[in-house]
Amino acid sequence: MNYKEITALFTGLLISNAALSAEPAVPVNLPEFKEGQYVHQAPSVQDLENNDSIHPELKKVILKGRDMFMNTQQFRGEYVFNDMNCKSCHMGEGRRNWSGPVWPAATTLPDFRGKNQHVNSLEERIAGCFSFSMNGTPPAYGSDDMLAMVAYHRWLATGAPVYEKNIGGRGFSHLGREKPALDYDKGKAVYTENCAICHGDSGQGQHKDGEVVFPPLWGDNSYNWGAGMTRVFTAASFIKNNMPLGKPGSLTDDEAWQVANYINSQERPQDPRYTGDVKETREKYLNFHKHTNYGTVVNGKLLGDHDNTGSKPFLKPDALKPRTFD
Amino acid sequence: MTRQFSRLLLAGCTALFITPLSHAQGDPDAGAQLVNQGDGSGAPCMACHGPDGGGNAVAGFPRLAGLDAGYLAKQIQDYNSGRRVSPVMQPNVDNFSEQQAQDIAAYYASLPVPASTAASSASESQLAMGKKLAEEGDWDNSIPPCSTCHGPGNRGVGDAFPALAGQHPSYIKQQLEAWQNGQRKNDPNQLMTAVAERLSSEQVEAVAAYLGTLSTQPAKAQ
Repeated sequence: MNYKEITALFTGLLISNAALSAEPAVPVNLPEFKEGQYVHQAPSVQDLENNDSIHPELKKVILKGRDMFMNTQQFRGEYVFNDMNCKSCHMGEGRRNWSGPVWPAATTLPDFRGKNQHVNSLEERIAGCFSFSMNGTPPAYGSDDMLAMVAYHRWLATGAPVYEKNIGGRGFSHLGREKPALDYDKGKAVYTENCAICHGDSGQGQHKDGEVVFPPLWGDNSYNWGAGMTRVFTAASFIKNNMPLGKPGSLTDDEAWQVANYINSQERPQDPRYTGDVKETREKYLNFHKHTNYGTVVNGKLLGDHDNTGSKPFLKPDALKPRTFD
Repeated sequence: MTRQFSRLLLAGCTALFITPLSHAQGDPDAGAQLVNQGDGSGAPCMACHGPDGGGNAVAGFPRLAGLDAGYLAKQIQDYNSGRRVSPVMQPNVDNFSEQQAQDIAAYYASLPVPASTAASSASESQLAMGKKLAEEGDWDNSIPPCSTCHGPGNRGVGDAFPALAGQHPSYIKQQLEAWQNGQRKNDPNQLMTAVAERLSSEQVEAVAAYLGTLSTQPAKAQ
């Protein structure tokens, strides 16, 4: 390479540098907040450290809850029986809008939940995540571990109005519940193109040095058939606003729906509410399962028609109990 | 035709038919020769990347020893296709065949990681900022932590997410800037472009310094 060529190259570099300042190559496209919505700024760990009005003992408990949230795999085989951490779905430490921020659970509960048809406490809501999304069993109600989780949630809600329900950025949702026409092969194509590099060709995820890096999206070590993420609209909204990582809003709405349907057309551990008959279970919990492919036939196979509970040696955790005030 | 000869012929034919179908395998011995002696055009790799593959911190030449072979081979191909731009690297790798690229990659992947001698000159607060970015990210600015993709201890995952632990900070900084200004765009699905372009120059310095201090090996089990 001679002097001229080098000069030409560097000139080229300067030009590309100048072009840079315009638009980002990968914009962050998140939904707008609606007028009148409450938009929360959850505190950060730094805020916690700097806040002298919080008792040091409480700080310790909040940080323990945070540690449980970020590294839930430390309880593998105790509370968690798959490869998930809380932060796998609740990205950004559970603080981020449109990434299933967890603080609203602390300001909107106790409340009636359609999923289990009774009034739930914050502890019961957390127990739901452990029972379904983590394919496990929750820390005991009232235990130190449960208190730590609750403390983390409540501290994140600092400053938020209690029982305010019109919350911007809540959940993952903005795609709505009306499914477009879904096609397995279309979803597979979106998956192969955008997801397989991290989550693997068979949704198995990736591990390194014995640790989970990219969580499995189906199979024995993924969320079970009772997890909110099995609802196609929930997964579609999560994907739209959070995936691929670092590229929120990069897929079209239709691509998000198709790939969510593809992922949720694969087998996974049994719904802990299983009655022994998949069709009966689907009917019994149809208010939930009308949004999933559980108990339906996909590619000639009846999904969820098995006794497989993954690596969890039981079906239903004791914590899942009905409650009435009659 | 003897029986032995016909057997050989059969083996030869089988090899002929099978080889092009399977993914090219690198030969570390052939790679060693290219690395140390070159191919007659351009400088041999070792001239800049060091006889032990340790690179050069001052010059910003990366350590290659112990990196993933698939990742390394892809970089050589990407220099040649222009998806990764380097006025220094491109003329030095432009006449390597696909097989030679695989051989060089296999050789470097097989080398032990040389012990690092340079202590970090970064300040404590800079390293703390880098650690936070690497392990927790800066989610308020849509920046996930490096370890989400580069794995525990940022020691790398597969052939798409290279090890960053113990890499020279000068090189990491230079590459983050290359992602930012479009000289480097060989990331699958723009996954790195997205993150790199959101980093401030202060964050680039901090995370490069921190990653350089990390061990390339997992901590021994207690």
